Amino acid sequence: MTATTTAPYAAAPARTSKQPSARLRAWATRAPLLPALVFMIAVTQLPFVATLVISFFDWNALYPKARHFTGLDNYHQVLTDAGLRHSVWTTVLLTVGVVLASLVLGLALALLLDRRFRGRGLVRTLLIAPFLVVPVAAALLWKHVLYNPEYGLLNGLLHYVGGPQPDWISHTPLLAVEASLVWQWTPFMMLILLAGLQSRDQQQIEAARVDGASDWQIFRHLTLPHLRRYLELGALLGSIYIVQNFDAVFTITSGGLGTANLPYTVYQSFYQAHENGLASAAGVLVVIGSIVIATFALRVVSSLFREEVSRA
Amino acid sequence: MTAIRRNGLGLLAWLTGIVFFLPIAWMALTSFHSEADAATNPPSFAASLTLDGYREFFGSGGGPSPWPALVNSTVASVVSTLCVLLLALPAAYALSIRPVKKWTDVLFFFLSTKMLPAVAGLLPIYLFARNAGMLDNIWLLVVLYTSMNLPIAVWMMQSFLAEVPVAVIEAARVDGARLPTILARVVAPIALPGIAATALICFIFSWNELLFARVLTGVVAETAPVFLTGFITSQGLFLAKVCAASLVISLPVLAAGFAAQDKLVQGLSLGAVK
Repeated sequence: MTATTTAPYAAAPARTSKQPSARLRAWATRAPLLPALVFMIAVTQLPFVATLVISFFDWNALYPKARHFTGLDNYHQVLTDAGLRHSVWTTVLLTVGVVLASLVLGLALALLLDRRFRGRGLVRTLLIAPFLVVPVAAALLWKHVLYNPEYGLLNGLLHYVGGPQPDWISHTPLLAVEASLVWQWTPFMMLILLAGLQSRDQQQIEAARVDGASDWQIFRHLTLPHLRRYLELGALLGSIYIVQNFDAVFTITSGGLGTANLPYTVYQSFYQAHENGLASAAGVLVVIGSIVIATFALRVVSSLFREEVSRA
Repeated sequence: MTAIRRNGLGLLAWLTGIVFFLPIAWMALTSFHSEADAATNPPSFAASLTLDGYREFFGSGGGPSPWPALVNSTVASVVSTLCVLLLALPAAYALSIRPVKKWTDVLFFFLSTKMLPAVAGLLPIYLFARNAGMLDNIWLLVVLYTSMNLPIAVWMMQSFLAEVPVAVIEAARVDGARLPTILARVVAPIALPGIAATALICFIFSWNELLFARVLTGVVAETAPVFLTGFITSQGLFLAKVCAASLVISLPVLAAGFAAQDKLVQGLSLGAVK
């Protein structure tokens, strides 16, 4: 659309006067963009192409001479290997569980913080803090300081009420990882949804209230439809970050007890097992999964973006 | 709405805030306890305070010193953030103030690279680094962190520069101001808070990064998060030390995050939410 509207505009003076200078000017406009563009293509796109190529080879780094082309064998192996299939499933469970839980909690907190009360700024700061702990440090905090069955804070607090003293990580390993991630990601969701709440049309809400609409009706028919895209955005961005999560799985369970997700498996299969071909195939599968999410994410971002541009 | 209900909801907000903050508060308190007091059940809330955990963390007990890792993290985060600004500012200029044709397509290309999982490029980067003798080299991380943060920075800066009214720039040009003057006098004052927030967010992401640092560095170039992975397996009584370490290494991020609080959402949502 932009191309059709700007093309005649740019071409008209070029045809009447000197063409080289117009071309020169176009390149002068483009020049500031080029370093960033070339850098991004070199550092992010080329390695991925290499991964794609390697994924078609049977290549164990310990036996470099035995490297040979195997077509789709690695993919076949990744998709049929029980352990790897399990890690695909774990990735889905981890991502969906964390995103949904932190989105619901984040919505509740955003609604609480959207109203005025004493010390709102301070509460907001307290709530953001978990997101600002280095992820490895947060994972260590949960693993050793909260979950430890003998002297962890959770069992310490349970002790006061005479509750059981479970070994959290051994009994519910995936849930333990998820809880620590929900703690870190709820603030992120809250911030996005709070921004959504504060961009509501206040006049419309006042008008509805004057017309006798209840709080629930306003929430259900005005707030929620307005928040829809912010919820989508939070869910999609959260998914993109959590699909790639490595820190929590690596720190809390070291991929044990059935918690190895795809990024951890990719890391392990080339860093410890030296299976370059298999690792690459698993990596390509992570990318395909992300592209599915990303396509939706890009659509949501671009619709929000168009709105911003047209408003400006 | 009744006053009781309003107060009740305010109270609930306070309670959830405290519950979310509790693990951090407990971490801070434990870091000032002695190792014996840190590992009790029920927890010793009122135990006497000591700096032993911090002394242990900084290597007084004969453990490895965290300073090289902290210096490495600082170099990787600060230098990569400067590189990001250097590349992103001109790019954002060409996408907002003087836009190229199809500038939205370019903007979305940058965004799409962020959606490619980092783990997918890990192996080729590792192989390249090994063959080029760049393993365990902090400058490799600088390059990778720059590419990791560049798309976010381009998106954020684009939105900040787009806030500069074109009419003001045109007026300055008519008055005979040249490009450097326009950038310094007109664009910078409006865009500077945004640029600062962008830099802080890039700093946070670089400081936090673990996967690349873990795979690509060893003893020389290890960063602070890699240093923290040394605490993954239990080592007797070491809770106070873990808490001190986690807190010290998180402090720069907490400081940067609170400083950038107002622009945090915009950065994290890649500029989609203001």
